[in-house]
Amino acid sequence: MDGFMTTPNLNAERIKKSLEKGKRFDGRKLEEFRDITIEYDVSKKAEGSVKVKIGNTEVVVGIKMDVSAPYPDSLDKGNLIVSAELLPLSSQRFESGPPRIEAIELGRVIDRGIRESKFIKFDKLCIEPGEKVWTVFVDIYSINDDGNLLDAAGIGAVAALKAARIPKYDKEAGKVLYGELTKEKLPLEKDIPIVITSHKIGNKVIVDPTREEEDISETRLTIGSSNGNISSIQKGDSSALTIEETLNMIDLIEMVEREVFKKIEKFLK
Amino acid sequence: MEFKRPDGRKPDEFRKIKALVGIIPNADGSAMFQTGDTIAIAAVYGPKKMHPQHQQNPEKGTLRCNYNMLSFSVSERIKPGPSRRSQEISKITEWALEPSLMLDKYPNAVIDVFIHILQADAGTRCAGINAASIALAHAGIPMKGLVSSISVGKLDKTIVVDLTKSEEDWEEGEGATDIPISMTDDGKITHMQLDGNISTKQLKEAIELARKSCKKIYEVQKKALKETIKEE
Repeated sequence: MDGFMTTPNLNAERIKKSLEKGKRFDGRKLEEFRDITIEYDVSKKAEGSVKVKIGNTEVVVGIKMDVSAPYPDSLDKGNLIVSAELLPLSSQRFESGPPRIEAIELGRVIDRGIRESKFIKFDKLCIEPGEKVWTVFVDIYSINDDGNLLDAAGIGAVAALKAARIPKYDKEAGKVLYGELTKEKLPLEKDIPIVITSHKIGNKVIVDPTREEEDISETRLTIGSSNGNISSIQKGDSSALTIEETLNMIDLIEMVEREVFKKIEKFLK
Repeated sequence: MEFKRPDGRKPDEFRKIKALVGIIPNADGSAMFQTGDTIAIAAVYGPKKMHPQHQQNPEKGTLRCNYNMLSFSVSERIKPGPSRRSQEISKITEWALEPSLMLDKYPNAVIDVFIHILQADAGTRCAGINAASIALAHAGIPMKGLVSSISVGKLDKTIVVDLTKSEEDWEEGEGATDIPISMTDDGKITHMQLDGNISTKQLKEAIELARKSCKKIYEVQKKALKETIKEE
């Protein structure tokens, strides 16, 4: 049973050997993404929602909004809360229960990718300074895990934010009128933040790993950037990177980001 | 005064129903079931060895269902994670499905069924059970038949099928009674709940309507399963 949960050594060795020759099992180039599709309105009840597929990997992301008191350190700004759940429905590997570190990290990396890029104009989400501001909830769920949930989640979050419409708010009653969406979209910047992860396997670097490739990844570098400006970085897993390797990964990601943007641009609202 | 449903349906008319099989490649079996604006997806993993070991049953396998609503499936965001309601529905779902399964074939094993509601407009537990039953069949679990589920009910004095959320909140006259019922394809009830108030006579009428309705659902489930065989 346990053998099912990770990629067996035999496969891992084959994948590594093949990568050394610059080949991947599915025939892609090392820096090549699988096909990406985005579908909208997974849930009509959400202010915005999408389903993102990268190859066989699938996530759904929904936006909900609510009005509450602002945080004491940002009295005239709205809030962003990103959370992710890796559903057992999406893979044998995930178990029920409160989010574990993988889901927590995923949510936080996406949160920073969006927040630090200043994509959302939080000052425009203030209703009454010091009293009432909008909170934007970005909720991410995995539906099928075939590797690279992280990048799929990042694309999903951005696409859902762009599609979302603000619900009506009854100032007098202090109530959000859900289901009565205004025509108003979220206040967003033009440049779209994208989160791309590269993985080091042996002496090769790849992007958009399948599940098996992700299993044998020694370390990963996730970069959130918009229009060439990097706004967040996360190195994951314990293996060390030389400075040269790191710089190469950064260059690679910058190039891949442009490719990915081309792939998703036509879907964005 | 003539009774009218808010969306203009006849009392015994369903919302638009759709079933799809094999929507989650990783799962051993999976399905989507939609009625109107209610969408449920289900995935089956197993049979596999039960952990922790002390929960193993040497007599027969265990069916473990997990029902959950996504945070953005309803108007006011639900906090992610299990609630008392979702835990009860998970149990109800196990009870509804178990009679259709030949669990004695899998001693010490567990079959996991994960049900998630993407979009909710009442009848989510029924949609979940319908999706789960098809997913179990798709996973190749030995079954005596499918389980079909539908909510019937009473709006004021009229017996209706497949209630929407706005119908569940009906306040005129006698108000709303909501009766989710699940049946095997040979017409045995494996699950029934009721909220509201209704006479014995009308309850019997409602059950008869549920029996007819479950037959229709069964046909939709069967058709969806057959379509996958063609593809493969």
